[in-house]
Amino acid sequence: MSVAALGPATLFGLCGAALAGIGLFVVITHSGLLRRIVGFNILGAGIFLVFGAVARRGAGAGFGGDPVPQALVITGIVVAFSATALAVALLQRLFDLTGRETLEAAQEHSPRSEA
Amino acid sequence: MSLLLDLALVAWLLALALYVTSARGDRDAIVAFIAFGLLLGLGWTRIAALDVALTEAAIGGGVTGMLLLRAEAHLRKRKPGGPSKGVVGKAVTAVACVMVTVGLMLVVLAFPSPAPTLAPAAAAALPATGLGNPVTAVLLAYRALDTLLEKVVLILALIGVWSLAPDGLWGGAPRLRPALVPEPLAYLAQMLPPFGVLIAVYMCWVGADAPGGTFQAGTVLAAMWLLVMLAGLSPEPETRGKALRLTLIAGPALFVAIGFLGFAMAGGFLSYPESIAKPLIVGIEAALTLSIAATLGLLVAGPAQMASGR
Repeated sequence: MSVAALGPATLFGLCGAALAGIGLFVVITHSGLLRRIVGFNILGAGIFLVFGAVARRGAGAGFGGDPVPQALVITGIVVAFSATALAVALLQRLFDLTGRETLEAAQEHSPRSEA
Repeated sequence: MSLLLDLALVAWLLALALYVTSARGDRDAIVAFIAFGLLLGLGWTRIAALDVALTEAAIGGGVTGMLLLRAEAHLRKRKPGGPSKGVVGKAVTAVACVMVTVGLMLVVLAFPSPAPTLAPAAAAALPATGLGNPVTAVLLAYRALDTLLEKVVLILALIGVWSLAPDGLWGGAPRLRPALVPEPLAYLAQMLPPFGVLIAVYMCWVGADAPGGTFQAGTVLAAMWLLVMLAGLSPEPETRGKALRLTLIAGPALFVAIGFLGFAMAGGFLSYPESIAKPLIVGIEAALTLSIAATLGLLVAGPAQMASGR
């Protein structure tokens, strides 16, 4: 399939798929929790974009896209924000109490070689 | 031409997301994420989702970015980050993530054709609601229950954030104002709010018939409130304040009350009598906008950091 054959819906759907993968990579590979929260947001944005492609493809009845998935994505963005705010507050509290910003066990106390 | 624009947008989005994986400092990553959110807002306009575009730009880029930047400043005193995964671990993770992406891409390419859609159904019922914007109709009429529950989630998240305050500070005020307020910030905080409030009122009102609505308007209001508090022009509210808590729950409470009225007036929870559907919806939207603005602002402000000064 040539690039020109891709409509914006498919193009942004594929972009969303790539973003989801990148976000997942950040969440898994970074140990810093703040970066993980950013990765979680990228992951979510990618999934929303895939859903946006679904909405665009469902255009009809004079609308540019299916309004039901669009409304669900708006709800999703707001819920993702509240989850992010809670995660950030938890992270700040963790930092205030322990001085750390990762979930790794304190390595200086129990040096273990990773397999 | 538009294909070129789309490709450029996609390339920028991917580049910024990849930069987040590789940036050294968290602050660089967060700044890239804010740019990412704004560009993603543009991307949403390209797939005909203007309401989502406004929400993404306001919440995804703006408010989330501010929340993360403040967190980064708070964590600045930390020791350099612990070791991340080794090369082998990263390679394995990368392969797994690529597989997830490829799987999703296959799904995107295999979407059924013709696409299933609820657009005709949404359009058919639109005259009964008196609204012109189908997305607002879905949010506040057809699927009002989702929106109501989402408001409850916002309140629950705020309770969660507040409960992270140390015992002695419970009921106190969060701290937003820096020790030294830069003059440009104070200037902006005096100049912008009138325009911001005007834009928010407009967005809330026009949301019934055109892109816009409660979330977008609420976010703009929250941003203005945060700006004023950041510049120290208005004190941060104490979280024990009665007026504050009433504002927080007024919107959802009105929503629930009108929902129960639906039993008496229209034969079901959250159903509106056709003749006054639009005034009811606009009323709910107005009350929700204020509650959302207060909730979002307080979520960014975080838990109490100053003891209650009773």
